Parts: sequence; structure tokens; C-alpha cells
Amino acid sequence: MAVMTRERPAVDRPPPVPRRGYSKWTRRAPLLPALIFLIIVTQLPFVATLVISFMKWNSLDPANRGFAGFDNYVNVFTDPDLRSSVVNTIVLTASVVLISLVLGLGLALLLDKKFRGRGFVRTMLIAPFLVVPVAAALIWKHVLYNPEYGLFNGILNWLGFDAQPDWISTMPMSAVVLSLVWQWTPFMMLILLAGLQSKPMEPVEAATIDGASGFQIFRYLTFPHLRQYLELGGLLGSIYIVQNFDAVFTITSGGLGTANLPYMIYQTFYQAHEYGEASAAGVIVVAGSIIIATFALRTVSSLFKEEKR
Amino acid sequence: MNPKWIGHGWGVLAWFSGLVFFAPVAWMFLTSLHSESDAATNPPSLMAPLTLDGYAEFFDAGAWPPLINSFSASIGSTIIVLLLAIPAAYALSIKPVEKWTDVLFFFLSTKMMPVVAALLPIYLIAQFSGMLDNISFLTLLYCSMNLPIAVWLMRSFLAEVPKEILEAASIDGAGLVTTLRRVVAPIAMPGIAATALICFIFSWNELLFARVLTGVVAGTAPVYLTGFVTSQGLFLAKVCAAAVVVSLPVLIAGFAAQDKLVQGLSLGAVK
Repeated sequence: MAVMTRERPAVDRPPPVPRRGYSKWTRRAPLLPALIFLIIVTQLPFVATLVISFMKWNSLDPANRGFAGFDNYVNVFTDPDLRSSVVNTIVLTASVVLISLVLGLGLALLLDKKFRGRGFVRTMLIAPFLVVPVAAALIWKHVLYNPEYGLFNGILNWLGFDAQPDWISTMPMSAVVLSLVWQWTPFMMLILLAGLQSKPMEPVEAATIDGASGFQIFRYLTFPHLRQYLELGGLLGSIYIVQNFDAVFTITSGGLGTANLPYMIYQTFYQAHEYGEASAAGVIVVAGSIIIATFALRTVSSLFKEEKR
Repeated sequence: MNPKWIGHGWGVLAWFSGLVFFAPVAWMFLTSLHSESDAATNPPSLMAPLTLDGYAEFFDAGAWPPLINSFSASIGSTIIVLLLAIPAAYALSIKPVEKWTDVLFFFLSTKMMPVVAALLPIYLIAQFSGMLDNISFLTLLYCSMNLPIAVWLMRSFLAEVPKEILEAASIDGAGLVTTLRRVVAPIAMPGIAATALICFIFSWNELLFARVLTGVVAGTAPVYLTGFVTSQGLFLAKVCAAAVVVSLPVLIAGFAAQDKLVQGLSLGAVK
């Protein structure tokens, strides 16, 4: 087996050093507009969120505004609704990411084989990802899940089953998860397919000649190569799905125990006008994202170094 | 078993999965072309006569202003993003500044921050500056949302311009403008197009900011769609028509950028 493991020398070419005589600022100039714009629009609001999170501030009661210390954070952590929204966010994100990664891997392995109409099948598989998220959620809610005239119960009826379940009220979280899995599986598939197609063929050919089985080739050659693509897909998927608002808002309107953090923050500030608490919840989301993002940045950076070789 | 048959088996399975994933999209198209009464039958009526009534009703119900708002926010922000991102990417690849990797990762890190956390302060800024329900404000926000993606993507495309060609051009005495126009632009053009399409898709799809910051005047197409969330009665053909119309620009842009889609979604990390 030792023959099959490949060593990846991590040679990192140093970036080209600016030549002498070429002013540093001439080089920096094209970068500055983008950098300054981004700092103003993305960093300052976070500072504001942090400040407001320590304030007592309900917009319906503006006279009673002041410093609150950690009260908002205590409220966030003791409010059962907010706590359950943290759990919901984790459940939603983890199940969507894991299921769509597994399905995406299966589909990528299928699409990596040669068969008639491969391009067409690929196009069909990408389509769910290209439906506008709100539109997709509406279609799932009204056209597929509807207990009276939805397609799912229509199919059950066709197949001769008597059961006509009310999908959203009996399994609200699964209903949201399923619609998101449908949209995100193509994303995972595309990333993993790119990984499969960048796989060097020589080791596979050598292994085939040495009599390795299909499973052995997958286990010892394909999978190690795919690992970083799986990580990347999982992390990018997490970053996007942790922030999901559209599906929860549309399919269950945050009811039936499906409210996730983004929905909860939206509701706390937009409907309950509790600015301080909404900000404290926002800070918590940021802290959670930093944890995911640290891993994500590491993965991207390792792919990045490899590309620079 | 005969290996050829196993091969066929995989092909059949792939076709089957493709059809399963595509079925909701196909069903959305089909239902959008049915009359309301044919759309709401159980079991479903596949062979019902086709009509454009759903589309007519959707457009009659005031769908144009939100669509136009969406187009101006998406196209406007895409243009601004490209104007900011292309020079920045140039300074991160062709003539890199010192510590250019750090700068690049700073851009990326802003994309990892959840937008909900910035929602409230941005709402307050909009309120104090009288920019609530204003499409220009939303356009600016979409710029900040897409700028990191565009910088990363454009950098990965510009990094593909071979150093040798750039050196040859400068030895031949080509100035900056000539180099950009004759050497860099032709190689980077497909990349610019793909970046533009991906930024367009992200802006077009955005709901949370649009929902909070816009109202009657500047509401975008996704905000308009939320009007169907609590609909009751006979409206399936109409909601399908609406979903088709609103998704059409994304479907077109997505299929046009198909080859670069992965690179875009992974911020240029995957080729």
C-alpha cells in the first residue's frame, strides 16, 4: 500500500518582491478604493453592533435608552426561544451540509463516469441551485408540500396510498432541510466533481495494473485527494447555510420550532424592536462564524498554496 | 458481471438522479403553464391544456417595478464591483503589493461574517440618512457583499496571465495602457464575464437586506415573491409563473457561467 500514498511537497514560492524604483504607493493605489470601501461598509457596522449589544434600547421606548452591561447577553442565553434558535441553527446547518455532501459526492462520482448524455444530466443537476432561493422555498411550500393539492401527496395518490400527510406541520424541520438539501447538493457536486477531475490519473492506472479493486482505488487514492474538496464544500456550505433566512422565512415563517438565529435576529429587531438583544444575538453569531471561518480560511489557504506551487 | 453492463447501470442511475433533482423545476414550469383549476388537482393533471394566464396575471399584478428594481440593483452593483475589483486584483496579482496574501485573506474574511449581525446598524444608518426604501442604498450594500468574491475571482483569473508575456511586452516598450488593452484584457475577458455573472446572481437572489431596507418603492423581485408566503386558495399557476420569471435571469446567467461557476462559488479556490 505504501506505493500508493503520495507525498505532496509543500513548496511555497515566495511572492515576487516589488522592484526597486517602483514606488510602493503606485503599487498600492489600485487596491485602495476597494479596500477602503470594504472596511467602511463591512467593519464599521460590526463595531456598531458590538456597541449596541451593550445598550438597553427598544425603539418603541426611545426615552429609556442607556448602558445595559451584559444584560442583553444574559437575556439571549436565558431566553428559551433564542436558545432553541441556536440549537435549530446547528441542527439545520449540520444536517443540510452533511446530507448534501454525501449526495453530492455520490452524484459527482456518477458524473465522473462516461455515459451518454452526461452534459445534459449535469445541466439538469445544476438547475436546482439556479432557482432563486425564495422562489424555490415557495415552490416547495405550496406546490410540493401542500397537503391538498401538492405534488408529493398527488404522487402518493397516484401510487394508490391513502395517506395524505401534512408535510410541513408534521415534520417542519425536515421539510426545511429537504428543500435546502435539494438546492445545495448541486453546489457540493460541482466542487467535488472539480476535485475528481483534477485527480492525477497515473497513480490510478498504476494501481489498476497492480490489481487494485475499484473500492481500494476509491479508498486509498480518490478519497485522500477529495478530502480537501470535501472540507472546502463543507465549510463553504456551512458559511452560507448558517446564514440561511429565505427557507425558514418562507416555508415555516419561523414557526413550529424551526426559527434559526438569522430569523430570530430579524424578528427580535424588526418585529419586537429590541435593538440591544438583536445586537447581542448578532455578536454571538459572529463569534460562532469566526470559529467556522478560521477552519475555512485554513482550508482555502492550503488549496491556495498548492495552486501557487 | 459484464463490465459494460455495470457501466450502463451507472449511466442509468445518473440519469435517474438527474431527473429526480430536475423534477421540481420541470413541475414548476409545467404548473406555470396550467390554468389555476388544473394546477390545484389531486392527483395532479399532467396533460391539462396549456395557457399563459398565470404569467398574464403575474405581470398584471404589478410585477414590473420589483423586476426593474432587481435589475438596477443587480446590474448597478455588478458594474461598481468590477470597477473596484479589477484594479484591486491587478495590485494583488500582476504587480503585487507587499503582503498581498494577507490583503487577499482580509477580503475573504469579510465574506465569512454573517450579514445578520450587520443588519441592525445598517438599518439605522439607512434610517438616519433617509435612505430607507431607496434602491441606491441597496445597490451599495450589494457591492460590499460581492466585492470580496469579485476580488478573489479576478485575482485567480489575472494570475493566469503568463509573466513571460508581460515581460516581453515591457521589453518591447509597451506602456501600461497598451499592456492592459492588448495583453491583459484578452486573457482576462472570460474571467471578467464570469465574475460579473456570479455577482449578478448573488445580488439578484438576496432577500434579507432587501426585505428589511426596502418597501413599496424599492422592493426587489424576491421581496415581491414573499407576498406569496401566506397565500391561500387558487394561486399555484401564478406563483409558479412568478418563480419562473424571477428565476429566469439566474438560470440564464448560471448556465452561461457554468464552466466558471465552481471557481466562483469557491472564491477561486477550485479550478
